[in-house]
Amino acid sequence: MTPPVDLAVVGAGPAGLAAAVRAAGLGLSVALLDAGERPGGQFHRYPAPGLRAARPEALHHGWRHFARRLRQLETGGVTYLPRHHVWTVARGDGCWLLHAVVGPDETPATVRARAVLLATGAYERQLPFPGWTLPGVVGAGGAQAMLKSGLVLPGRRVVVAGSGPLLLAVAASLAAAGARVPAVVEAADYRAYGRSLPAVLRTPAKLAEGARYGGGLLRRSTRLLTRHAVTAAHGTARVEAVTVTRLDDHWRPVPGTGRRVPCDALAVGHGLVPQLDLAVGLGCATRRTADDTHALVVDADQATTVPGIWAAGESCGIGGADLALTEGEIAADAVARTLHDVPADPRRHAALTRRRTRLRAFADAMAAAHRPGPGWADWLDDATEVCRCEEVTAGRVREAVAGYGAHDTRTVKLLTRAGMGWCQGRMCGQAVARLAGGEGAAAVESRPLSCPVPLRPLAQLPPEAEEFRA
Amino acid sequence: MSQTPLGLVRAAPAAPYTFTFDGRILTALPGQTLAAALWAAGIMSWRTTRGGGAPRGVFCGIGVCHDCLATVNGRPNQRACLVAVQPGDVVTVQEGTGHDATR
Amino acid sequence: MSAPSLDAVIVGAGVVGAACAYYATRAGLSVAVVDRGPVAGGTTGAGEGNLLVSDKEPGPELELALLSTRLWRELAAALPPEDAVEYEPKGGLVLAPDETALTALRAFAAGQCAAGVEAREVDEHELAHLEPELTKGLAGGFHYPQDAQVQPARAAAALLRAARSRGALVRLGEEVTAVLTGPHGAVRGVRTPRGELHAPAVVNATGTWGGRLAALAGTRLPVLPRRGFVLVTEPLPPGLIRHKVYAADYIADVASDSAALQSSAVVEGTPAGPVLIGATRERVGFDRTLSTEALRRLAGQATALFPRLADVHAIRTYCGFRPYLPDHLPAIGPDPRVPGLHHACGHEGAGIGLAPATGLLVTAALTGDEPPVGAWPFRPERFDSRGPADDFSDPFDRPDGPPPSPGART
Repeated sequence: MTPPVDLAVVGAGPAGLAAAVRAAGLGLSVALLDAGERPGGQFHRYPAPGLRAARPEALHHGWRHFARRLRQLETGGVTYLPRHHVWTVARGDGCWLLHAVVGPDETPATVRARAVLLATGAYERQLPFPGWTLPGVVGAGGAQAMLKSGLVLPGRRVVVAGSGPLLLAVAASLAAAGARVPAVVEAADYRAYGRSLPAVLRTPAKLAEGARYGGGLLRRSTRLLTRHAVTAAHGTARVEAVTVTRLDDHWRPVPGTGRRVPCDALAVGHGLVPQLDLAVGLGCATRRTADDTHALVVDADQATTVPGIWAAGESCGIGGADLALTEGEIAADAVARTLHDVPADPRRHAALTRRRTRLRAFADAMAAAHRPGPGWADWLDDATEVCRCEEVTAGRVREAVAGYGAHDTRTVKLLTRAGMGWCQGRMCGQAVARLAGGEGAAAVESRPLSCPVPLRPLAQLPPEAEEFRA
Repeated sequence: MSQTPLGLVRAAPAAPYTFTFDGRILTALPGQTLAAALWAAGIMSWRTTRGGGAPRGVFCGIGVCHDCLATVNGRPNQRACLVAVQPGDVVTVQEGTGHDATR
Repeated sequence: MSAPSLDAVIVGAGVVGAACAYYATRAGLSVAVVDRGPVAGGTTGAGEGNLLVSDKEPGPELELALLSTRLWRELAAALPPEDAVEYEPKGGLVLAPDETALTALRAFAAGQCAAGVEAREVDEHELAHLEPELTKGLAGGFHYPQDAQVQPARAAAALLRAARSRGALVRLGEEVTAVLTGPHGAVRGVRTPRGELHAPAVVNATGTWGGRLAALAGTRLPVLPRRGFVLVTEPLPPGLIRHKVYAADYIADVASDSAALQSSAVVEGTPAGPVLIGATRERVGFDRTLSTEALRRLAGQATALFPRLADVHAIRTYCGFRPYLPDHLPAIGPDPRVPGLHHACGHEGAGIGLAPATGLLVTAALTGDEPPVGAWPFRPERFDSRGPADDFSDPFDRPDGPPPSPGART
């Protein structure tokens, strides 16, 4: 058996890529495992080579830095393993075992490592509304991802809705690529940023980014509606229009304020949810974030509460690509110091740490401003499907709550199947928690399989007869 | 003049190739995912649910929600937003569990 | 306290507590059900819903299982259809891979038939007819038409709701912190953070945590957790797998006293579509860490029985902790060491199946009626005569700490 690598990095987005390249530069043997076809993660999704895009940077920020890291990935001694979806990290004999399924054929692979860095990113938070299962209703981040990688649009006239800073970026990209964006519908109030003005002001690059989006949108006559939400999508075979309704301070729809906006697509999302399955499976502690999700608890070195497991990027709290890069570099330095006694460069460390503090403060301010208000569940009628996979309606969830005393997501799941389907509650978890009576975050879900795994590769796992003793 | 995604990034794709979707011949650009190729053809749904028979297509776009499942070359439950189209692929609308037809 | 006068406080809102409440209220008793978590928050919610007679050797547990089989059939008809407990009298199919196993299985089945079980030998040809996806080349097997299935969480919730409609007081999310006793040591109720509930009887239906409640009452019940992992597949067409299907060595695993990992997969379809593959058995305290070895064995055995499953995805796995007593029999009935304390726990992996008969037995003890089956083998004090059992160590003292609260993780 080959010796374990020093560091296995899970996820080749901004955090994982930065960490892998940096750690290899410090002399560590590094394996970078990523579910995607190409490095970059969701943020730096870029077109397949066969599309021969001469200007991929037109859809990206920070493309230059990313391109530099891509070159380093090719030359810098990182074992890059694309199409490797890690489904669990297990304790082996003196090392970690990263079990993955590889490629479209889902063949098994196991990587052994002395240390693990989880840079597993995030996925989009969805809050259901009547009609959200219609074709043409897509995640805001999903529309962005499809555009960045496949150079396609969901429609010609796309309403962008939900909450969070991503919406403006998505609207700007869609508009730049030729879609008409009649409205950006934001449930929160940007004035909430004012309450954390110092944090915002310390991050001028972010403001410039926002201004750029705003400017681009204004030129294309997009209406920006804050304190509004899409409370219904209409259509039969696909979305044909949406109802946009004004919200009160608690995100309750204000009766009589609904307006119908024609469109052939809706890009919707309510911020991002850290992807924690591998970390939770390992027993890493989590914390509740300002926008009612959960993120990993990490120390100043990006170490999780489980020795030997580090984390960086969105899994430590949503904060964007710049923060992810910073955390990735800090983590790589810390792993090198821990495993190889590579001394820290104090000036570099101080600069990275300052940068992390500043970006984190900004991110937390944004998160607080976009935290969903409790009243959003009022726009769910009983017939609205909450769980897309198992087609469980809000009415059935409410019945489980009222009739059988289910007051948590697990009990609702057991009684209604909401969250038991292919996505394992990633799309409906927030909604089910709300309907079950919770004011805020759902409990941290445990998903021991972080993705579906065919039985064949499970059956082909190496036996652990010797290690496996009760 | 209206912009297009390909124009925005100045893409000059290699020659497109064909695949079939429920018998229709469609084209895909090299490297496009199945979902992207279907969107480019104006097709937004390629699955029906096993309970209500409702049409579904891409939702999350990044492989998490599993709403965009399709049957590709007889193999069900492929995530169209992740799987790249290959020349000559035979794609069919997936009904229910995707396993019913092969029972 | 303004609570009405109660005949009994049932601690535990799993399927056994719910069944006790169901039959007690049917007999006209006034009860409260108290649980620190939600309904079906512990082992019930992690169960597969097996109502099995096929895996039980002749003896007191089989007697209880046969009674329960009948009771579940009655319950399925009596509970309102909207409760949708997914009762399926689908039958079990026990497989013998070779002639040696078949010979042993024949002897085992003959004994069961003498005790009232329906079992019929089926040859390879008929196996293929009963389960078209089953692998070829098995020596044969036995069909057990009495084996059935319910959806355990829905079953517990339905029983509890029926009890509530007959006046049961249901207090969920409320932990019993003390069992109250009178001057002569007899129980007189329980204390929770919300106050006291007074009753001359307390029923310990806390499953795997039954030892802890016994300790609160000042006595001892050596319940140990026996962990099981279940694999759940993507939705498949209904009818792909029609019975509860398992290989004959499952029976030996159930009866084993070993702490080490045992596995022989029971494979079955569900009305909702996913196929369940479960479950492993091992004694490791309350450790929820995923065991890839458990998954390897379950997947290997399931695909050996049903080759077509090899390409099917597992989308979920979870574990539960069976309440295990050293002789594999539950503790049911009054505890002579603490007057008024009744036990209804320690059903190991058979709690869903044995719940109705347990509820009837407990009710008979509460009302003083004749029990429907002999309860003597289940007497809770039976472990005292052995002195401190060698194989019992208090799981709550283990390094992996106290059990997580039910519902904390799935």
